[in-house]
Amino acid sequence: MRSKSDPECNGRKFVKIFTILEKYERNPSRLVPILQAVQEEYRYLPREVLTYVATALNISPARVFGVATFYSHFATEPRGKHVIRLCNGTACHVKDSIPILEVIRKRLKLEGKKITTDDMMFTVETVACLGACGLAPVVVVNEDVHGEMTPANGLELVEAIIAQELS
Amino acid sequence: MSAIAAPPTLSIDGIAVPINGERNLLELIRKTDIDLPTFCYHSDLSVYGACRLCIVDIAGRGIQGACSTAPEPGLVVRTQTEEIREIRKISVELLLANHERECTTCSKSASCQLQDVARRLGINKVRFKAVHEPAEVDRSSPSVTRDPNKCVLCGDCVRFCSEIQGIGAIDFAHRGHDVAVLPAFGNGLGEGECINCGQCAAVCPTGALTPRQEIDEVWKALVDPTKTVVAQIAPAVRIALGELFGMQPGESTRGQMVAALKRLGFKYVYDTAFAADLTVIEESNEFLARKSKAGKLPLFTSCCPAWVKFAEQYFPELLPNLSTCKSPQQMLGALVKELLPQELGVAKKNLVMVSIMPCTAKKFEAKRPEFAHEGVAEVDHVLTTQELARMIEEAGLRFMKLQPESFDMPMGFKTGAGVIFGNSGGVSEAVLRYASEKVTGRKLTNPDIHAVRGEDGLRIVEVPVGDITLKLGIVHGLKNARTLAEKARHGNCDLDIIEVMACPGGCIGGAGQPVSRNPDIRKLRTRGLYDVDKNMELHKSQENHFVTECYQRHLGEIGGRNAHRLLHTHYQNRRRIAGESIELGDGDSAEKLCVNVCTGTTCFLKGSQHILHELLDQVEQEQLHEKVSIHASFCFEQCSHGPTVSVDGKNVPSCTPEAAKNAILQAISEKVP
Ligand code: SF4
Ligand code: SF4
Ligand code: FES
Repeated sequence: MRSKSDPECNGRKFVKIFTILEKYERNPSRLVPILQAVQEEYRYLPREVLTYVATALNISPARVFGVATFYSHFATEPRGKHVIRLCNGTACHVKDSIPILEVIRKRLKLEGKKITTDDMMFTVETVACLGACGLAPVVVVNEDVHGEMTPANGLELVEAIIAQELS
Repeated sequence: MSAIAAPPTLSIDGIAVPINGERNLLELIRKTDIDLPTFCYHSDLSVYGACRLCIVDIAGRGIQGACSTAPEPGLVVRTQTEEIREIRKISVELLLANHERECTTCSKSASCQLQDVARRLGINKVRFKAVHEPAEVDRSSPSVTRDPNKCVLCGDCVRFCSEIQGIGAIDFAHRGHDVAVLPAFGNGLGEGECINCGQCAAVCPTGALTPRQEIDEVWKALVDPTKTVVAQIAPAVRIALGELFGMQPGESTRGQMVAALKRLGFKYVYDTAFAADLTVIEESNEFLARKSKAGKLPLFTSCCPAWVKFAEQYFPELLPNLSTCKSPQQMLGALVKELLPQELGVAKKNLVMVSIMPCTAKKFEAKRPEFAHEGVAEVDHVLTTQELARMIEEAGLRFMKLQPESFDMPMGFKTGAGVIFGNSGGVSEAVLRYASEKVTGRKLTNPDIHAVRGEDGLRIVEVPVGDITLKLGIVHGLKNARTLAEKARHGNCDLDIIEVMACPGGCIGGAGQPVSRNPDIRKLRTRGLYDVDKNMELHKSQENHFVTECYQRHLGEIGGRNAHRLLHTHYQNRRRIAGESIELGDGDSAEKLCVNVCTGTTCFLKGSQHILHELLDQVEQEQLHEKVSIHASFCFEQCSHGPTVSVDGKNVPSCTPEAAKNAILQAISEKVP
């Protein structure tokens, strides 16, 4: 078992937020880049941090939450170490992206509305058009784009990560 | 002298209409007596332009939203074309498709604008299928019920809360299909910053936001033979209740209201204005004492519970400036529960106090823990004007035909000063009527003090009282209150008294009042209250002999011990949002010294970020990870002594980085056996 986080990592991350807020001069009109920078630190936007940001910018937490949930790029729930995004834009959809999603979710035991595995290793989500329709159907693992996928290749990608994590 | 040039005109449905500075086409069109349907337009709020019902056809420009088009000379505007009719119908059908159409059980049914528009546009079928999954109804707030399934996303509530109240407790969240109006993090409305003013429900065109109902509980008490049920009625109710029974806005209902309550089974009916007279006396004396002894000024009034919660959340350092007087509702409740059990020989727990208020925040106030003593609340239930009307209808009473009855004595007796408490400027005027006689020792011959009357949301007035001039601030809408409170916080406010009411125009515009689309409603209701005052014999609280007698028999001295016990209260710092602390060390901290740095609004402004930063550095430099875990927490509700840091459960008020470090080192050394 690995520990939940490094001993001093949380503290450092939080200090980083101070720096981000100062960098944008605590200007509420810069909320989007501020959230962007915060998400880079935490990989998602934790509630408490959003409240802190709202306090520092002197705007209401409801407004910050609204902006954080408006852009699909922002996540308000913790995300897994590896993020698998499946394009479900029109082109990918007609080229059968859904069966790929289904096998991956099944392999990772994701049911119902759950998109992140209990061990916080994977998050699987669908996104609207990634602009790579020529390669449809497209799967993005972390930052790497994989085109012309099939359920079988999709599964392979996942297995490869699992194997690497276990080694 | 040349003749005044005729104003430029534009054409609306073939008629030339003069332009006189209207802000948008919609205003101009409505002036020509065409009531274009809208959901998202509200003259007090910014223009949103989302509902698309106000569309018109402008020659050369095509279909445009009237609310977001400026009137220009020469425009040729049509409000009805085949295309416009079809677009409007589709817009409404799309809204209806996703709307939970349980109209018969909706408390907005009688005043729902969605129903109204659907009927007006002759919508007889809905061609679209719902795409929304039903969402849970939010009943966490004592004041407002939120049913997301009925929201049409017009945003009126969002804009009222942020533009007029300066809060922003609710906002749009999510996107596409999932867009919804939500409190922060999708929490319940009762868990956050909402100050319970209910104005979001007042502007909401549908049943998505409605005042919380307490009718069932009241019926239950009324039919229970072991209970004695007593009512009090706030001033603003009497000039608005009649609107629901065909009377003119502002017309006083006089005795029918009392008669109706008696017929419903209330044993005694008292007047909250009696307690308002008491408030005037207590609060004026509190003010004069502060003024003469260089006490905390400006004195903020405390009769509006929405404002009180607002102050507790955002201006903890000003809490000592708030009058310690309870609101009239609570004063009357406290007196009833103190005096009646003995007089009537009923047990305290069997005496039920129901107040009829124009206000939803009073529902919250009645539930504040400090207003219950040994499990007995001062006020058990709060009904709004709307709810009372509903009960009258349910009982089938023919309101207008009821034989008028009068309030019960002694607590049904009031002066005009107590009555004008219901509108903005009224509390100030009532206090001045008292203070000026007290200061000068001379009789005030004309009680009307016109300087404090008016409609503006923020008024500063100077009133001579004897040899001195008192400077008053009078505000309605909490954004205006914030403006003055900010000044007071920074010590650059030379006002003596600041009267605050959260609702537009004061209590007469409370969210519990009948829903009205009459643009003159506030003016009419305000005039109604001043007329009631005019028609009364007594206009000054000090002339209320039942109040005088109440002091002699029960309360003792003004501002004395007993008066304080029954009529005064205290305030608490309040966090804006429920939330856990942010863990800044590693996960398991059970064995460690727990250090919490408050990062709530006040402590943040007082520099808690700096402290946090230094402490994290200290932990790093001195390798204290094993011994200390640091957390950032939201508001310890100790704001007036901020910044606050707690070390092992002990608060270090007015903390500095050094003080915090020392406290940590000391606590560590104590922990070592
Ligand atoms: S009740 Fe008042 S404070 Fe609360 S959400 Fe509605 S408008 Fe905002
Ligand atoms: S809750 Fe009411 S006022 Fe608010 S957006 Fe929905 S329909 Fe409009
Ligand atoms: S009133 Fe113009 S778009 Fe709603």
